[in-house]
Amino acid sequence: MTSPPTPPNRDPGLQPERTRLAWRRTTLSSTVAAVLAVRAALHGGVNAEGIIICALCCALWLGFLAVAHRRITTLAAAGTPPPLTPRHATTAVLCTVAVAVCAAVLVY
Amino acid sequence: MIDFARNVRLWFAPQEISEEGGTPDYRFSLANERTFLAWLRTALALIGGGFAVDQFLPDLRWAWRVGLALALLAAGVLCSLRAVNHWVRCERAMRQGKDLPVSRFPALLSIAVAIVAVAMVIVVLAGWEG
Repeated sequence: MTSPPTPPNRDPGLQPERTRLAWRRTTLSSTVAAVLAVRAALHGGVNAEGIIICALCCALWLGFLAVAHRRITTLAAAGTPPPLTPRHATTAVLCTVAVAVCAAVLVY
Repeated sequence: MIDFARNVRLWFAPQEISEEGGTPDYRFSLANERTFLAWLRTALALIGGGFAVDQFLPDLRWAWRVGLALALLAAGVLCSLRAVNHWVRCERAMRQGKDLPVSRFPALLSIAVAIVAVAMVIVVLAGWEG
């Protein structure tokens, strides 16, 4: 039995891959929230307020997607991945908070 | 409170964090990032729950429906803000070689979710009888 050859700098914990998949899962969660938001906005018939909130939620979802995509690209690149920047983290969080604010407006 | 304001400033200032202390092993930073993402998913799930209460329980009385939905949405907002704040605190602690910050937020969130769940059970049972 010979063990398969391992590249010299291989990280046995697969940390970048796991982090990439965590971003994927989070994107999926935000997609679910965005779909529910669109459904809520257009449920009671199409009106101006609903369309505005719908467009806003779609834009926020796209913003989140952009952040996740940039981070995933960074993590997929070879070499030691740089840590997440606070600006990215804050953008992701602000998108989430803004969706919640849209939801509160819709509920009322 | 001053510490909190300082952390809020750090949310937007990437270069200031990297000026403190030394860079930790990148695996620790990535683990911190995954924890942040897990909290963000929790927040998104709470927000989704708020939408769901509003949408899929139309027979509920207005006050209950709006109250539960707003409670879930507020929990989601708190959870996401706390996620980024805790991430910044952990990142700073790792750079400075200090202990990781402790937090009572998980316990508070568990209790809040339990209260909402019990409220839902009461509402559903009362709804069936009424």
